[in-house]
Amino acid sequence: MSDYYLHEGLAQPAATDLDKPYWDGLSEGVLRVQRCNACQGWQWGAEWICHHCHSDDLGFVEVDARGVIYSYERVWHPVHPALKDQGPYIVVLVELPQAGDIRMVGNLLGDPHQEVVIGSQVSGVYEHHNEVETPFTLLQWQTD
Amino acid sequence: MSNSMRGQVAVVGVGETEYYKRGQAPDAEFKLALDAIKTACANAGIDPKDVDGFASYSNDRSDPSHLAAALGCKELRFANMQWGGGGGGGSGAVANAAAAIHAGQADTVVVFRALAQGQFGRFGQGPVRNRIAGDMAYTVPYGLMSPAQMFAMKVVRFMHENGVDQSALRAISLACYAHAQNNPRAVMYGRPLDAEKYDNSRWIVEPFHLYDCCMENDGAAAMVLVSAERAKDFDHAPCYVLGAVSGSHYRAGASVHNTPDYATSTFKTLAPRLYDMAGLQPKDVDVLQSYENFTGGVLMSIVEHGFCAPQECNEFFTQQRFSAEGGDLPLNTSGGNLAECYMHGLGLNIEAVRQVWGESSSQVSDANVSMVISGPMVTPVSSCIFGSEATL
Repeated sequence: MSDYYLHEGLAQPAATDLDKPYWDGLSEGVLRVQRCNACQGWQWGAEWICHHCHSDDLGFVEVDARGVIYSYERVWHPVHPALKDQGPYIVVLVELPQAGDIRMVGNLLGDPHQEVVIGSQVSGVYEHHNEVETPFTLLQWQTD
Repeated sequence: MSNSMRGQVAVVGVGETEYYKRGQAPDAEFKLALDAIKTACANAGIDPKDVDGFASYSNDRSDPSHLAAALGCKELRFANMQWGGGGGGGSGAVANAAAAIHAGQADTVVVFRALAQGQFGRFGQGPVRNRIAGDMAYTVPYGLMSPAQMFAMKVVRFMHENGVDQSALRAISLACYAHAQNNPRAVMYGRPLDAEKYDNSRWIVEPFHLYDCCMENDGAAAMVLVSAERAKDFDHAPCYVLGAVSGSHYRAGASVHNTPDYATSTFKTLAPRLYDMAGLQPKDVDVLQSYENFTGGVLMSIVEHGFCAPQECNEFFTQQRFSAEGGDLPLNTSGGNLAECYMHGLGLNIEAVRQVWGESSSQVSDANVSMVISGPMVTPVSSCIFGSEATL
């Protein structure tokens, strides 16, 4: 057994030239997201230019891994062989007010049957997968 | 709208193959496409060799050059693909075909969609691979990977914002299954659904029970469109395109669920354009086909096309209202994607035409204005309104 929220065997995330600072940050236990150096606008996921001002002078800045549950879903039917015996699990869409209300997808840690309240404050938990050939880290969430 | 296509183009023939459960079609996907096109041409009373244009969507694999060669078409003048996945392009392909005819790019255009999931794999499964990069890397490792999972998140938010009960979704499902019991083409013909069976069915992903989700099917469907002027010479009374639009709102395609206006079926900017082009209002619509990938998409589509306010859903969404037998907004009268066939929604467009022709298996009396809403929650989406001669 592992301490991972979902059973192992799903596709593992691979960084691209565009979002390497994000994935590197997670492995260091830090959340870095894209912000425009020209207009200070936020955007997520990572893009090649800023959708606010069209500058390609984009950076990654560190933000608190804290947010608000914007929506959620409890999944019952497995659509991947690795989740065949998983049972229900919760996926949350978390909004980050401190970063221009960008949203991120993660799992809500804890009882998969728990009541989920939209608007609840949540904090990030770094889930390090170090036992694979190319280690990676997922950003999970738990209610405060 | 000064450059309106209203009434300029008409559907003169429709057709489909037998509809199969996924993976059970005896023929290759391309053969299914050819069969549906031949059937639609026969229905119109034209020789398939006179087709000079094709329009489809969702990366249909039966490409127009190959189709034209296989059918012996004398000339190919229009080969059109509406970008975007899912069924969002169903009415968009109708719009593109109508625009091409209205602009003189082609004379006889077939709108079609063909699917053989046994040959090419399923929609409802997640990707099985070792590594994943880009936008999908932000969702798939968290177990968010199927269409039901992508869209449930929007529906949960919409139902939360507007206090919508599960009963609203149930009403949609029950209406579809009830209409399918009158339709021998329907895959769910002879398999009725009641409220108890719905309530007791397993969750796929909350708030979608099994019966809130479309089927996955094999088959093909096609429609033949010509100018209104030519349409008068065909066997069928012309079924006019009164309006047809596609598109999406600001940053609807932003990745990782980051579109600012999130809890939407994507029709808020389209519906006003559709009604403007058609010169009609929601109250004028006699019968509605609204694409059900999942019932939650129908919920928001009906709201966004102005049939009820978001806060009124619990009262508005009833099986009786959606019934072809006396309901005031008959819905998915062939059984739709839930219970007739999931042909990426083109079956809904065909059913809308049949309603205007008076040929539906759940015929609505005096159906003159017939609307289709295609592919909610994706981008781009599309919708269209067909009308009888009386609507011109």
